[in-house]
Amino acid sequence: MLGSLLSDDLPRSRLLAAALVAIVAALALAPFLFPGAAAINTAAKICIFIVLVASYDLLIGYTGIVSFAHTMFFGIGAYGVGLGLYSFGATWPVLFVGLLVALVAGIALALLIGLMSLRVRAIFFAMITLAVASAFMILATQFSEFTGGEDGRSFKVPELLRPATKFLDAPVLGVDINGRLAAYYLVFASAAALFLLALRIVNSPFGRVLQAIRENDMRAEALGYRVVYFRTVATLIAAAMAVAAGALSALWLRYTGPDTTLSFAIMLDILLMVVIGGMGTMYGAVIGASLFILAQNYLQRLMGLAAEALAGVPVLPHLVHPDRWLLWLGVLFVLSVYYFPSGIVGRLRGRK
Amino acid sequence: MSVPVLETRDLTIRFGGHVAVDAVSCAFRAGTLTAIVGPNGAGKTTYFNLISGQLAASAGAVLLDGEDITRLGAAGRATRGIGRAFQITNLFPNLTVIENVRLAVQARADNSRHLWSRWSRHVEWIARAERALEEVNLIDQRETIAAALPHGDKRKLEVAIMMALEPHVFMFDEPTAGMSVDEVPVILDLIHKLKAHGDKTILLVEHKMDVVRSLADRIIVLHNGQLVADGEPAAVIASPIVQEAYLGQAPGRKPEAAHG
Ligand SMILES: Nc1ncnc2c1ncn2[C@@H]1O[C@H](COP(=O)(O)OP(=O)(O)OP(=O)(O)O)[C@@H](O)[C@H]1O
Ligand SMILES: [Mg+2]
Repeated sequence: MLGSLLSDDLPRSRLLAAALVAIVAALALAPFLFPGAAAINTAAKICIFIVLVASYDLLIGYTGIVSFAHTMFFGIGAYGVGLGLYSFGATWPVLFVGLLVALVAGIALALLIGLMSLRVRAIFFAMITLAVASAFMILATQFSEFTGGEDGRSFKVPELLRPATKFLDAPVLGVDINGRLAAYYLVFASAAALFLLALRIVNSPFGRVLQAIRENDMRAEALGYRVVYFRTVATLIAAAMAVAAGALSALWLRYTGPDTTLSFAIMLDILLMVVIGGMGTMYGAVIGASLFILAQNYLQRLMGLAAEALAGVPVLPHLVHPDRWLLWLGVLFVLSVYYFPSGIVGRLRGRK
Repeated sequence: MSVPVLETRDLTIRFGGHVAVDAVSCAFRAGTLTAIVGPNGAGKTTYFNLISGQLAASAGAVLLDGEDITRLGAAGRATRGIGRAFQITNLFPNLTVIENVRLAVQARADNSRHLWSRWSRHVEWIARAERALEEVNLIDQRETIAAALPHGDKRKLEVAIMMALEPHVFMFDEPTAGMSVDEVPVILDLIHKLKAHGDKTILLVEHKMDVVRSLADRIIVLHNGQLVADGEPAAVIASPIVQEAYLGQAPGRKPEAAHG
């Protein structure tokens, strides 16, 4: 049962298994364990980024394809659903059509990039994805009539998912049983399903060929695997999953804009999450996304407290001023790459 | 006579001005082991690369069972039964020994691109891979990461990968190069067994003349990219052109000493 759910790819480390169980339990019970809008927003963001990072790991960690267009597909999903709901009304059919249109557009674009450039050297492929993603971002901000430009669009979600929709009159364990809770569990369940899907794909015969291609594409070709086919299909699957993550993000935020979906800052975050978690492990996406987003949201607050506590001491309060949080995150990142080059998951598995 | 399994017609490749393989025409028949000899840089590996598709020919053609496959890529040729063991070990370095071989077995299966089934449940692939490892005496290293193997074991794995592909045409490029003396017999036995099947087409690049003598049904000699001799082993080795072009020394001295 567990084996088929996890596609026979078990954590293979007690500590890793414990960490994964803790994260999944915390996310599953987040609305009840951590009340308050900020905490539940963080939990939803972690769910969404687990999918986004897992799909990126399929590309970079398993297949060895470096793409900088992953946030573009995330954005296509978010804009597809967001603009649909904004323009045609907050109904389920609109939501599904929006998702479908986004999936088709995302896959078509991925196919185009893939066929155009997967034959060229990896560095050129990376450059092309960078160029296409930049062009897409410019388009999204320029067509402001349609997309809302820099400001993005706020929209309503289907009634079932609105905070005002009450399912029970009285709160349970202090939590309102309303549409917002339903939206969270929609995000959580979809993310779980998509992650398990990605785990299955990397453990399929197809997925094993991806690893062979990462290791030695010329040898894979000599065995009879058409490398371009496998790379292209991997790119399509990763793009489709990023589109799905984008749709979830739009549903949760009830807002779509360049800063929450398309920006290169997010692309960089995804890269850091996959490296910190451990490339080519899938579980690294869970660990990396959770740790990174927690640090992003709580490091600032922690540093604020530290700065207050150190008030009066020379220099130190400036060093730990909340504005410096990115610096410290950078330091943490460098240290983690230095000490765990194979990521946290690689490190935990290496120890057994 | 019947159509040869493999044939090259005026096969040529130029690197800039340098003609590395120069209009080589040769036919290879089933049940025959052909040794390809020649000095370093003669073009033996390049000739192999043209046959198995790692390089595209500048001119000429490659035919498999009479069909022109010159335009086909390496993957297509592998699928049609051309197997290759490389001179410079060419493995999946960070995967286990068994996975290196299992991938070759999987490549032959119809469902090798399956997206939904679990690789671990295709036990027949794993079993076939284990047999290939047993054939080269590597089964004890099953779970070792390929990159961590000693040189001799890497060479064995290189051969095991090709055996697991179960091709019609076997192309060995100096399979025992750099192996210690006690490891060599495993590979030679394997090639002997392969010959004993009687229906395989085997091409073997080899510098060691005693190995060539014991295995070859036929020898062809490449020199500066050209085919300069072709025939029965004894006759070719004794011919003046080989004594001069390949051995570059007076008859009587051990030829392999020249190659270190
Ligand atoms: N990709 C390439 N680009 C340019 N020159 C090449 C290339 N591949 C091979 N050559 C040249 O072609 C010639 C033949 O090389 P090849 O490797 O086929 O020789 P070989 O007979 O296999 O030698 P050895 O016994 O040392 O393995 C050499 O001069 C080599 O430098
Ligand atoms: Mg060679």
